[in-house]
Amino acid sequence: MTPYESTLLELLQRDERIVILTAENRAALRNLPPLAGERFLDVGIAEQTLIGVAAGMALRGRIPIAHALAAFLTMRAFEFIRTDVGIARLPVKLVGGFPGFLSEGNGPTHQSLEDIALMRSIPGMGIFCPADEAELVLGLPSVVMAPQPFYIRYPNVPAAVEHTQEFALGKAERFGDPESPIAIFVYGFLLREVLEAQEILASHGIGACVYNLRTVVPLDEEALLNATLHARLLVTVEDHFRHGGIATMVAEFLTERRLALPVLPIAVPSRWVAAAPLAELLRHEGFTGKQIAERILAALPALGV
Amino acid sequence: MNPLAPARALELDRVRAVALQARQHCIEMAARGGCFLGAALSCVDILAYLYTTYLRLSPERLEDPERDYLLLSKGHAVPALYGVLAALGYIPEERLHRHLQPEDAIYWHPNRSVPGVEFHFGSLGHGMAVALGIALECRLRRSPNRVVVLLGDGELNEGSVWEAALVAAAYRVEQLIAVVDRNRLQANMPTEELIPLEPIAEKFRAFGWGVLRVDGHDPTALHAAFSALPERPEHPSVIIADTVRGKGLPSMENRVDRWFCAIRPEELPALLAELHGGAAATLSSAGSAE
Repeated sequence: MTPYESTLLELLQRDERIVILTAENRAALRNLPPLAGERFLDVGIAEQTLIGVAAGMALRGRIPIAHALAAFLTMRAFEFIRTDVGIARLPVKLVGGFPGFLSEGNGPTHQSLEDIALMRSIPGMGIFCPADEAELVLGLPSVVMAPQPFYIRYPNVPAAVEHTQEFALGKAERFGDPESPIAIFVYGFLLREVLEAQEILASHGIGACVYNLRTVVPLDEEALLNATLHARLLVTVEDHFRHGGIATMVAEFLTERRLALPVLPIAVPSRWVAAAPLAELLRHEGFTGKQIAERILAALPALGV
Repeated sequence: MNPLAPARALELDRVRAVALQARQHCIEMAARGGCFLGAALSCVDILAYLYTTYLRLSPERLEDPERDYLLLSKGHAVPALYGVLAALGYIPEERLHRHLQPEDAIYWHPNRSVPGVEFHFGSLGHGMAVALGIALECRLRRSPNRVVVLLGDGELNEGSVWEAALVAAAYRVEQLIAVVDRNRLQANMPTEELIPLEPIAEKFRAFGWGVLRVDGHDPTALHAAFSALPERPEHPSVIIADTVRGKGLPSMENRVDRWFCAIRPEELPALLAELHGGAAATLSSAGSAE
């Protein structure tokens, strides 16, 4: 049993409303079917039906946790998520497997580099992007029990760091001095790379505070506002297109409050990324800790920081 | 006791009276800003039969977890649903006078805040999957609900209908009953001239469903079909109901341009007279296919 499977099982035992659904994506659920019994349902490779069925069950009081590949879940079934789950604000929890760069060797068909943009366009939809499985299971009970629908980017990666800070929706996990001249906002498995970048920056005598967002929606606006008071540069790091993700969210935040501050978005430009094992993919796209640190260092003079 | 048996004996006069009243409501809504009148009139008799006779449902049971469900997947036919709900006391008739008023929720597709409306359909191809989810949840609780989902025939163009139909058959969801309002016209043209659907019965049968085909305007035939369920035990059922777009108004029947209709208030008396057996009305106001 993986920690994710154990946590699901615990939730199933604790609350009879919870049911586990999948569109034949069992990578995260291998050991669960016999243990969950009737409360596990596999609809086959049918993402639209997955969401329609989840909505129907939620109408009857269930909390469905629905699994599919992130790209197909959020895009093939987008209109079902928006219309069936979104309009009714049903407490359906969507778990997207192999999101962003974690699609590795699959190539563009499987790259969900717009999932955050799509999901955050739905009123009432929460977004949880844990950095690793430990953080996933730390946050899962709060996310599952929250009354609103949630999209979860499932991270099948080793732990980035030991997560000692309490989990709360809309509360980022902070690493470093909040009064640092650089504030880096990141979500998902890239936290690992960003923490490495933070060390490299420190070795150059440059302090950076790292905020692991945990929930992208709700966004930790308090942390963001605090960063604008102290930092001279905001950096966003994400395995997502530059438009619609956290780079856009930070820009919107600053504009709405009439704050002028340099922002360095480290994200995917408007193109698909390479298909390769994660380590090579990161290197090719410039997202290793070392490359992130270099990109920040290179940007400093031009930004006048 | 057959778990799919109709809730009540058929009272033919009552079904017809409810249908007539519902049709009048539909026509009046078409005169208050227009509605998908042709698509609504074709399924009035089906809904009148279901609410008076088949469904274990009443205005007092709307929160009952063991109630039967009617899901209007062809959401644009909502005037027929509201007409029947008003005729049977689920909602006050006066509420329909608020058609398209922004303060209320009576518009061209169903809204869940209206008593008796189970889900906000409108986007075609959603009802089969949502109905399946409801039926599976009922089965999980060993609850006896029957879940009836009303589909348009044009709606069968949507792949998601067939995707969910495949899953429903795989899980042998006997308490799921689909009804196809087979009026042979989709928005702009005859179904068989655009994307031919026939043989529909064979398609559903090949997908693992029990299938019956009836005259969708004949309550006695509908009652016989629903009384014969399950046509294929331990499988979902579909009843293909042959109908006529615009049924009840001979001047509108079977016309491809009478899907959406906005009736001028001054034309209303002639149409209501036609509904109640008078001469066919001549309308100057245009309907539209799109």
